[in-house]
Amino acid sequence: MSRGEKVMGFSKLALLLTASLALGACGDKGIFGNGGGSGSGGSGETPGTIEESSIAYFNTTVGDTVLFPVDQATLTDEARAILDAQVLWLNRHPEHTIVVEGHADEQGTTEYNIALSNRRAVAVKFYLISQGLLESRITQVIPYGKARPLAVCSNESCWSKNRRAVTVVAGGMGSA
Amino acid sequence: MRSLKFLLTVLALLGGPLMAQDRPTLEIDVTGGVVEAIPVAVPRFIAENQGAERLASDIAEVVVADLVSTGLFREIPGTAYISGVTNFNAAPVFADWRAVNAQALLTGAVSTSSDGRLVVKFRLFDVLAQLPIGEGVQYAGAATGWRRMAHKVADTIYSRITGETGYFDSRIVFVSETGPKNDRRRRLAVMDYDGANLRYLTDDSAIVLAPRFSPNTRDIIYTSYETGLPQVFLMNLESGRRSQLLGNTENMSTAPRFSPDGAKVVMSIIDGTNTDIYQIDLNSRRSTRLTTDGGIDITPSYSPDGSQIVFASDRGGSQQLYIMSATGGNVHRISSGDGTYGTPVWSPRGDMIAFTKIKGGKFHIGVMRVDGTHETLLTASFIDEAPTWSPNGRVLMFFRETAGANGAPQIYSVDLTGRNLRRVNTPGFASAPDWSGVLH
Repeated sequence: MSRGEKVMGFSKLALLLTASLALGACGDKGIFGNGGGSGSGGSGETPGTIEESSIAYFNTTVGDTVLFPVDQATLTDEARAILDAQVLWLNRHPEHTIVVEGHADEQGTTEYNIALSNRRAVAVKFYLISQGLLESRITQVIPYGKARPLAVCSNESCWSKNRRAVTVVAGGMGSA
Repeated sequence: MRSLKFLLTVLALLGGPLMAQDRPTLEIDVTGGVVEAIPVAVPRFIAENQGAERLASDIAEVVVADLVSTGLFREIPGTAYISGVTNFNAAPVFADWRAVNAQALLTGAVSTSSDGRLVVKFRLFDVLAQLPIGEGVQYAGAATGWRRMAHKVADTIYSRITGETGYFDSRIVFVSETGPKNDRRRRLAVMDYDGANLRYLTDDSAIVLAPRFSPNTRDIIYTSYETGLPQVFLMNLESGRRSQLLGNTENMSTAPRFSPDGAKVVMSIIDGTNTDIYQIDLNSRRSTRLTTDGGIDITPSYSPDGSQIVFASDRGGSQQLYIMSATGGNVHRISSGDGTYGTPVWSPRGDMIAFTKIKGGKFHIGVMRVDGTHETLLTASFIDEAPTWSPNGRVLMFFRETAGANGAPQIYSVDLTGRNLRRVNTPGFASAPDWSGVLH
């Protein structure tokens, strides 16, 4: 999963997007969702119609990211709703495997945050399985702790975005 | 005009001015109280042969920087000197040094030979008592090792005046960081304690975390994501060769530290939702599980005698500090204040635990006694994290990360008294320092 691969994946993706604006569901998540699976994934391209089968659709319309309260790995109702939608999509598209990334905000110590972000990612993994996703579809859980913040300010508006677990869909589109 | 802050004992001794004494006459109590630095004069070291001028000047400069960095000494600038020292073996003209308010005087001489050898000699004097502090000392070695010889000179001076062992001839291994906050690149680097002789140990292709020296300073152990997962790696500093501690495995592991005898490693293994502490025998690579609690048990650190381990755990709800037997069991909590505690590190003297404390939206570096009493917070900022002890247990290094979109970490040092906060010189951003023992 080198950075170069990801960047290439996203630029290819951007080329596939047409310019007609049709992404009401995108909201404030940005075109590649809150987590994007790669940290900073936004391409700045105007979003267009996205194929339901595309990873971009999963990332943005289904939602690849769930958020957590401070120092917790408990899934909120909102998070469960997103994960339910993820299971539906993943079961419609069984050719994809996923990696679940866990992240923490910068408020804890480095090593503790790795363990905390692991709890978050594992909570997502277990929930996806409990909702009918085959365990074999989840190839890895990777806890990043606070090493890969998505939002860079140092207050709750950014921290809340960084306390996240991101479901990174592999297969097709040059994703690793 | 002697400051009361100094414990300055002037002994009336018989004997010639260059005779050594059993005890230092000029003493600093480093355990507290010192707020005013001892003024020290360091006249140009004498170059005993023509090729030695440059090294004579460089070595004196390193010695002065070492001493001044402690906050216990300040250098009297050379422009103030009334006289210099032209003969290393002659008694100093103490009146001239007292006139410029020097309390300590360091004289030195340096010689080099054509085969690349270097000899450094020095003498230390108590100006007010007009007496030498200890005997003159001579170090000989390869000229390429001149910085280490300078550090050894400074260590000896520090030791004679404070009664503590020095810590200047030591190294720091740390994480060097570059790039923006949301795309930070991390590489391991090692350098002398003062930032000299920096060497990178890894490239920046994988996240690396929290390197720690082996007791003999020849190896390090650290966490790397080079397999995609956080896993503990060993690296030999000389050869650069590295290997996964647990072999090719799917296990995730982090926060390793060596045992004081270097034969074992203690670290956390992440398994499912659980994070527990394991001990790994380095010979057999056999692992022994030390905690079984469902909470996050992490950042273990051995007591200097190897009999106990301090670690952080959220088993009680919030993250706190616990001590257990080195074989597991006998767990008891030592932290008791408000806030959460992490990254405990046992002091080399065995009597204190340094830690990171998070309270009221701020991070602190603090210390407490092993029984949890006498908690003292030494620093406070947005993020102050991951203390590491100087070899003599008198100074802590840690990293401080500034807030905001451009926030970035730098390494700092602070005395156990909470004074003498200084930034440690590194190229670019730097975090997660580990301080070696004194080199051999």
